[in-house]
Amino acid sequence: MIRLDYTIIADIIQPGSRVLDLGCGNGELLALLKQQRNCRGTGIEIDDRAVLNAMERGVSVAHGDLDRDLDVYEDKRFDYVILNESLQQVVNIEKVLEDALRIGSKVIVGIPNFCHIRGRFQIFFKGQVPVTPNLPYKWYNTPNLRFLSLKDFRFFCQEKRITIEKACYMSSGEKVLWQSNLFADSGIFVLTKA
Amino acid sequence: MVYTKTQFVRFTSALILKSGSVLPETTVAYETYGQLNSNRSNAILICHAFTGDAHAAFFHEGDTKPGWWDEMIGPGKPFDTDKFFIICSNVLGSCKGTTGPASVDPATGHPYGLTFPVITIHDMVALQKMLVDHLGIERLLCVAGGSMGGMQALTWAATYPDAVASAIVIAACHRHTAQQIAFHEVGRQAVMSDPDWQSGNYYGHSIPKRGLAVARMIGHITYMSWSSMDKKFGRNLVGKNVSYNFSKEFQVEGYLEHRGQTFVDRFDANSYLYLTKAMDYFDLTAEGRKLTDVLRNVAQDLLIISFQSDWLYPSDQSREMVRALKANDTDVSYIEIKSDYGHDAFLMECPDQARAITNYLAKVSFERRET
Repeated sequence: MIRLDYTIIADIIQPGSRVLDLGCGNGELLALLKQQRNCRGTGIEIDDRAVLNAMERGVSVAHGDLDRDLDVYEDKRFDYVILNESLQQVVNIEKVLEDALRIGSKVIVGIPNFCHIRGRFQIFFKGQVPVTPNLPYKWYNTPNLRFLSLKDFRFFCQEKRITIEKACYMSSGEKVLWQSNLFADSGIFVLTKA
Repeated sequence: MVYTKTQFVRFTSALILKSGSVLPETTVAYETYGQLNSNRSNAILICHAFTGDAHAAFFHEGDTKPGWWDEMIGPGKPFDTDKFFIICSNVLGSCKGTTGPASVDPATGHPYGLTFPVITIHDMVALQKMLVDHLGIERLLCVAGGSMGGMQALTWAATYPDAVASAIVIAACHRHTAQQIAFHEVGRQAVMSDPDWQSGNYYGHSIPKRGLAVARMIGHITYMSWSSMDKKFGRNLVGKNVSYNFSKEFQVEGYLEHRGQTFVDRFDANSYLYLTKAMDYFDLTAEGRKLTDVLRNVAQDLLIISFQSDWLYPSDQSREMVRALKANDTDVSYIEIKSDYGHDAFLMECPDQARAITNYLAKVSFERRET
């Protein structure tokens, strides 16, 4: 069973594309894109265990830091730059996204929605920072540095004059078609910048 | 137990060195493990580090210790001899069977000594290329090595991109830095200030033992990390109490002494000078070239490995190579491995290194089959 976000991303990407996966984790998505979409892909990952796992999947991956390592790439080197569940973990979001848009013709960003209805209930009724299936971390051990909603991200793109070409919203492995900021626990955006 | 033997090949065609000097004939000591397949596509060249030799794996008859990278080479190991044909040769300038300053100069009938021409990493690689050609291999699947071996692997990838499909560059750099040169210079000064050195003409007389031992002691410190030394020796004493004199009281002193003493029995002092100099000359960006330009036309796929506690060849130097390769759109994988052993980590039992190399070789051999 392939994760829904991977399926959505794989459907967006044209076969044979050049792909850079920023925060590629264990390399599952890159391996999928290589096998199913015949992509030439490479990844950057900060965790050494994940780098070794990704190498085991037969993908090219460099142990590195998104906040530091993106300036080497030439403009529009890749057809797609992917930031799936990793943008909220970097320090300098604006710089990383700016670099991603510079390097890639299109940027695919996947973010968790911190304002999903489950989270809102927990804040409102329990008075505690939410812990949900999609965001299972406690406040003291979360790898996430930024907490944003799908709406926040849409506003951010508007402010930065980034075009959202396409957006897909999901909750617990199903697509969400209305009231995404309330009912979707994550979203995938296809971005371009003129 | 599997026994191996070092083999020798003599080349009578001249080797023109980077300095312009010419070696009219050369001998190369090498070993091979595993079987070359019918389409000759599974050959891997292993490049040894500074004081290594061609004996990389298995045992020589009568020996109790296997070759220097036996951890990594053998059936079921990362350089799997059931799958790959492994070649390892002693480098030019060394003293383990390949032509070097201790070899006899055919023109005089005496050992070269300091009349041996100064060599470079590039020259070592050129001689290895002659060996690989001699073995009938058009294109190596991979060239791999750590430290000075990594410099050779990188040089291979940049010099003969069509003759090598991939390279593994471990704990190395693309240019020797001031600190690296400085440590080597201290070692060389130790050798050359030994009265027995005799400007390199000590063959047949007493060898510059003291100087070479001190050089090795300095080198050894640079190969370890402060924490690995602290774990191994701490402030432990040889005896029960300190004696307030200059005898060898700390265990670390005794260890260095031992390392130095055993080294002089197995290594030639002039080779020490020539090989350190070769590393010091190593700079792919010499004459103002940009690393991205130098690595523009390079082997298809590279794996770079560094170790967090290696302060002699720090990870930043590896990252510099990775950045240049990435800028050129070359397939490159990189990992900085957590290990306590400092620069020597690549020679130690290191599961992460083994795992990275196993998977990398699986990837490049799969891709080679595909094309």
